[in-house]
Amino acid sequence: MSRAPSRGTVVIDAARCKGCELCIPACPPRVLRMSARRNASGYLLPELLEGCTGCGACLLVCPDFCFEVYQLDAPDAAKTTGGIA
Amino acid sequence: MTASTERRLMEGSEAIAEAAIAAGCRFFSGYPMTPFTELLEHFARRLPEEGGACINAESELEAIGQAWGAAATGARAATGSTGQGLSLMQESMSEITRAEIPIVVFNMARGQGDYYQATRGGGHGDYRHIVLAPESVGEAVRITQEAFHLADRWRHPVLIYGDYLIAHTAEAVSIEPIDFATKDPLPPKDWAVDGRLGGTGRSRNVNPIGMEKGSKGIDPNRFWQALSDKEDRIAAAEQRWEAIGTEDAELLIVAFGTLARFARAAIRDLRAEGLRVGLFRPISLWPFPSEALVRAAAGCRRVACLEQNAGQMIDDVRLALLGSVPVVPIGGISTDPAGFGIGALLDAERIAGRARDAYHGREVPRGVVA
Amino acid sequence: MSGDRDAEGVGAGDPLRVVPTDAPPSGACRRKGSFTPSLTLMGEHDLCPGCGEPLALRQILDSIEALGQAQRAIGVVGIGCYTALTSLMDVDLIQALHGRAPSVATGAKRMRPECLLFTLQGDGDMVNEGLQEVIHTAARGENVTCILLNNGVFGETGGHMTATTVLGQRTKNSIEGRDARLHGHPILIGDLLARLDGTAYVARASVHDAAGVARTRRFLDRAFTSQLKGQGFSFVEILTMCPTGWFIPTAEGPGYLDRELGAVHEVGELKKDGVLVER
Repeated sequence: MSRAPSRGTVVIDAARCKGCELCIPACPPRVLRMSARRNASGYLLPELLEGCTGCGACLLVCPDFCFEVYQLDAPDAAKTTGGIA
Repeated sequence: MTASTERRLMEGSEAIAEAAIAAGCRFFSGYPMTPFTELLEHFARRLPEEGGACINAESELEAIGQAWGAAATGARAATGSTGQGLSLMQESMSEITRAEIPIVVFNMARGQGDYYQATRGGGHGDYRHIVLAPESVGEAVRITQEAFHLADRWRHPVLIYGDYLIAHTAEAVSIEPIDFATKDPLPPKDWAVDGRLGGTGRSRNVNPIGMEKGSKGIDPNRFWQALSDKEDRIAAAEQRWEAIGTEDAELLIVAFGTLARFARAAIRDLRAEGLRVGLFRPISLWPFPSEALVRAAAGCRRVACLEQNAGQMIDDVRLALLGSVPVVPIGGISTDPAGFGIGALLDAERIAGRARDAYHGREVPRGVVA
Repeated sequence: MSGDRDAEGVGAGDPLRVVPTDAPPSGACRRKGSFTPSLTLMGEHDLCPGCGEPLALRQILDSIEALGQAQRAIGVVGIGCYTALTSLMDVDLIQALHGRAPSVATGAKRMRPECLLFTLQGDGDMVNEGLQEVIHTAARGENVTCILLNNGVFGETGGHMTATTVLGQRTKNSIEGRDARLHGHPILIGDLLARLDGTAYVARASVHDAAGVARTRRFLDRAFTSQLKGQGFSFVEILTMCPTGWFIPTAEGPGYLDRELGAVHEVGELKKDGVLVER
């Protein structure tokens, strides 16, 4: 699934994130994963992979209002991995 | 049936309810308890007729909570009980005072044993609320109306210290609506919530801890100090008392509420015997009229503190006088078998006897006045 | 870490492209959801990582706005961790004492019947301290909506047993797990209130996953609508995560909520239009 074109994307307010990781299992296409980056408060941050559908589940489950969700008018073909069916 | 200004015989409970309605009170909530119950009955009957609401609360805790909510929306609201019920209300009384919400609370007390509860805040924390003690139904009618004005003027609760006799005595009164606001205009209730500022960035939070929208954290020091400063201003402005025959008095009797009426009759008899006795009647129990008491006691040999309890107001009398003149208690615990405060002390002759003892420097009997 | 979750569906050797998330997309797009609900002044708060209460708050505020009640809503807030969220909420509020929000809401509604009155209370607040208040407010059919944030603990004091704590749940004052012989049984407040004639709408939801959050929103919409129709008392109980008060890792919060609390305090609509729902 993570090789599907991104139909949506998110903006993450990294400063406000508390690294609770609730967004990870909430994402239906499983395109959120924890990164190794930390914010100024020391919390580990999530990162987004290709294949977001813009469903907004992450926004619903984030306790710190860290997500802004967009749906792309055209699937972002340029962001898919190349050449693998 | 709307309130009539015609003078007629009215039981105190009814007169007080009518006075509150004349002052614009449109919300009341209460729980039955003697001798407060009839006040609830009258509000229950009359408020719906005036487009208001009266709730039979499930306990005194909810009675004051409901009055809190009503007052927070800007309505003139009241509740009440007797001393025990007031005890239950104290956490809310404290917080309502901090939230600067105007309400009027009636203690139809069982005697005078609730003086400490009324004047020392009664609940947790640093606060006092304004306490007014009428001595008659007629005075209660005026004080009730003034209480709503003062509560709005200061954004502060006002407690009215009534009792069984005021509740159940019928006097000929007329409930004339008194206009306080023309001479003392009230600020608009911008702080009250009505929903309308939702979503504007200026919505309100009527709260007792200094929470502010749009910022984390609170500053209780600043918030509580501001309340204390306001109470200092109230204390300077709202002292009320009556002084009779104090100019030449050698003995000054200090008494409040219904008991003061009996003291008046006693003093009349003592004066007729040639004893120079005066009466100082605090009408505001908080702020206690200390400076006026000092002036009234000037030249007296002795001050006799007359109260129907084990000795509570005497603390404030002694604090005011600071040892400048001896203070002796001439009251005591005195109630009826049901504990409603109809004690043997409520007798002009008995009071005169005790005052006579104090006047002549004789030992005044201590203990139960039966 | 969740490293093991990111390899699904990708064949060996595929690079996983990380998408930048620090700015909105440059191409043509529609914003589907903003950071904070519009009835909020800011998003910063000091509640714990993984706390479920802000999830419920978002749905409450969005529901009020969608129903056109932003300029008519008055919230009465109890005392608990959620009290701190009042700084964020851009609706008129009255701060009440622990357990005492229903009576304050009652007085306010009687004087402002045109307003949408709701309470926001935790389980310690509503079901311990304020049990009498909420029951009588419901029995009288007061036309207000009481909202319960139920995480089965007193969160603000550090994780102590409440009337809704489930049997076996460890808290600081039931450290071996709630034992019926020592600590009695939990109170299922939604079920209790549904049986009172004054209640019109009663529902219980849970924010342990996105579907649960969406369901929470639907129940809130129905509860507020019930108040707007003047049907009587409405009640929404929202189960929320409290990993701190449950002494579990944050990421295990949703699973614990669904499994442990959800098994006892069952999600669903218990009463609609004044009629008990067959369950």
